[in-house]
Amino acid sequence: MTFDGASFEAREINAWRGDRHILRDVSFSVSPGEFLKITGPNGVGKTTLLRVVCGLLPAETGELHWRGKSIRGGRDEFNAELGYLGHLNSLKADLTARENLKFLAGLRQSLTAAAIDATLDRVGILSRGDLPARSLSAGQKRRLALARLLLADAALWILDEPVTNLDTAGIQLVETLIVDHVRQGGLAIAAAHQRLLDDAPCLRRLELEP
Amino acid sequence: MKWTWFHKLASPPHAYRILGRIAPWFGWAALALILVATWWGLVKAPADYQQGDGFRILYVHAPSAWMSMFTYVVMAVAAGVGLVWRIKLAHGAAAACAPIGASFTFLALATGSIWGKPMWGTWWVWDARLTSELLLLFLYLGYMALRASFDDPQRADRASAVLALVGVINVPIIHYSVEWWTTLHQPASVTKLDKPSIQLAMLIPLFIMITGFQLYFGWAISRRLRGEILRRERNAKWLEEAA
Amino acid sequence: MTRTPTTEAARLVFVRDVTLAWRRWDEVAQPLIFYVVVTTMFPLATTPDLSALRQIGGGVVWVAALLSSLLALEALFRADVEDGTMEQWVLSGQPLGWILLAKVAAHWVLTGLPLVIMSPIVGTGLGLPVSVWGVLMLSLLLGTGTLSVLGGIGAALTVGVRRGSVLLSLLVLPLAMPMLIFGSRAVSMQMDGDSPAGPLQLLAAIFFMALSLGPIAMSAAIRISVEN
Repeated sequence: MTFDGASFEAREINAWRGDRHILRDVSFSVSPGEFLKITGPNGVGKTTLLRVVCGLLPAETGELHWRGKSIRGGRDEFNAELGYLGHLNSLKADLTARENLKFLAGLRQSLTAAAIDATLDRVGILSRGDLPARSLSAGQKRRLALARLLLADAALWILDEPVTNLDTAGIQLVETLIVDHVRQGGLAIAAAHQRLLDDAPCLRRLELEP
Repeated sequence: MKWTWFHKLASPPHAYRILGRIAPWFGWAALALILVATWWGLVKAPADYQQGDGFRILYVHAPSAWMSMFTYVVMAVAAGVGLVWRIKLAHGAAAACAPIGASFTFLALATGSIWGKPMWGTWWVWDARLTSELLLLFLYLGYMALRASFDDPQRADRASAVLALVGVINVPIIHYSVEWWTTLHQPASVTKLDKPSIQLAMLIPLFIMITGFQLYFGWAISRRLRGEILRRERNAKWLEEAA
Repeated sequence: MTRTPTTEAARLVFVRDVTLAWRRWDEVAQPLIFYVVVTTMFPLATTPDLSALRQIGGGVVWVAALLSSLLALEALFRADVEDGTMEQWVLSGQPLGWILLAKVAAHWVLTGLPLVIMSPIVGTGLGLPVSVWGVLMLSLLLGTGTLSVLGGIGAALTVGVRRGSVLLSLLVLPLAMPMLIFGSRAVSMQMDGDSPAGPLQLLAAIFFMALSLGPIAMSAAIRISVEN
């Protein structure tokens, strides 16, 4: 799957949380094949920036451009090409792993049972497919959330602390997924504390300062 | 380009200054007109041949009822402007309207009740206008309660704006349904607290009072909006410089 | 893979909610039990005389139905907002109004519809004759449907607010008064031998208006609520 023509740009983003001016004139761009890692101390606004990029938080000033055009007025089209992995896993405890994918990722793409199984296998929880999500460990829940992201078939990945609760194998999985994604021409933006593809050629950094 | 004056007005420092200057004009004019209307209504206008002197409270009741609805519409329009064009001052105006509107509604209910007592012997009657005013009071109280329940001021502004818009659509529906409800048992009369047969002499104090109330609204909202601006901009530089 | 059409997305959300409710059916039963308990309170508070109860029976059934519906509405969006599902819906690329409407529809099927079906039973306890059952059920069908939408707007606004259920009632009940007037009046008119067509048509008009404008207000309210 290739994503041609996809590029993302943020210009002069300013955002407030309550009274705090948390993002000041933040600008950056991401091209196909690039992975932008956003770093900075706690509370500096990494999550805020990612949520502004998604459109969940309004920015006071500034513009966001996708595929060269402003996303204003075309939110749904932009969202259709965007996959967001936030702090929360967006899982229903009473649904099985398979059902979780069917009912959430299935809103975006028509999913076959085979596709769901293949994705569960890729993230390493195929054996857990029919267990209710509440019985999964924290790491397995994060992997399930990754599966949802994979099934979204999105050009732009937005990841907020993606390796939370994951062991070494899990971190490697995330790195592999990101590398595969950008190799196909996708884009990825992630906020992370830890080492995440720090030596990869596709990596670019954005350091937020308080 | 011709919208610059509008955006200038919407800037807090400007609005603060302008409101500060016009408020006293509104205030004194309002006081003058309300006093004139009160004197006219109490003293000069003739007594109604049917209801005697008791109906004179109409001169306060009817204008307050009118103002309670007017204020709700202003509040909803301001909230809508704030929501659609993201102008913070408009949200401040909506917030300022709510207590003023609720007070007018309460005044209408109180004067309606006082009017009803000597005529019908009870402190409350399920008359169409009184019932509508009561439901309007609930809408105001709900709006203020929703605002108060948020810690984040932007969320408070935007959520209450949605509520105000939903409410303003409902106000005509509520009115019509309450009217219909009261006619079911007494097909003859529409409102018990209706105006007695109107003579020109009665219209004059009524209009003067309504105008006085409108000016009062102007004064009250100028003062409240200034207060809102102070509260919202308390960390801003221009405030430090002005102080 | 192809993009899911909006109607299919709405269907998935509807099925999901019904599936989830089915696994916690005890929670679904609570509003129904409340309904019966509240209507029982009125004869106990006034008189066992059915001919006297009949005078206000239509109104009591309506008030009880509205209050019972409201009970279940407070939690309509809370779980989904708290676990992050709602923000995924906002970002799904599907029109948010349709998704929320599907959720409201599921809620109505699980709460409002059972209330409607139970209303003749409850109405009989208040002296309502069989002749009004049709009008009672039809009026409640429209009324509970409208209330689900209005309540959805209120629930979307108050998600995450402390003591949200009381605030929700305060916001929604005044908006529901017109329906209450028309609905209970339709039942009384039917009982008196008059045609209830007038109020029923007004109820239907309110219902369709809520159905068309409600999703817009709900979407706006939800977007505000997921900001954090």
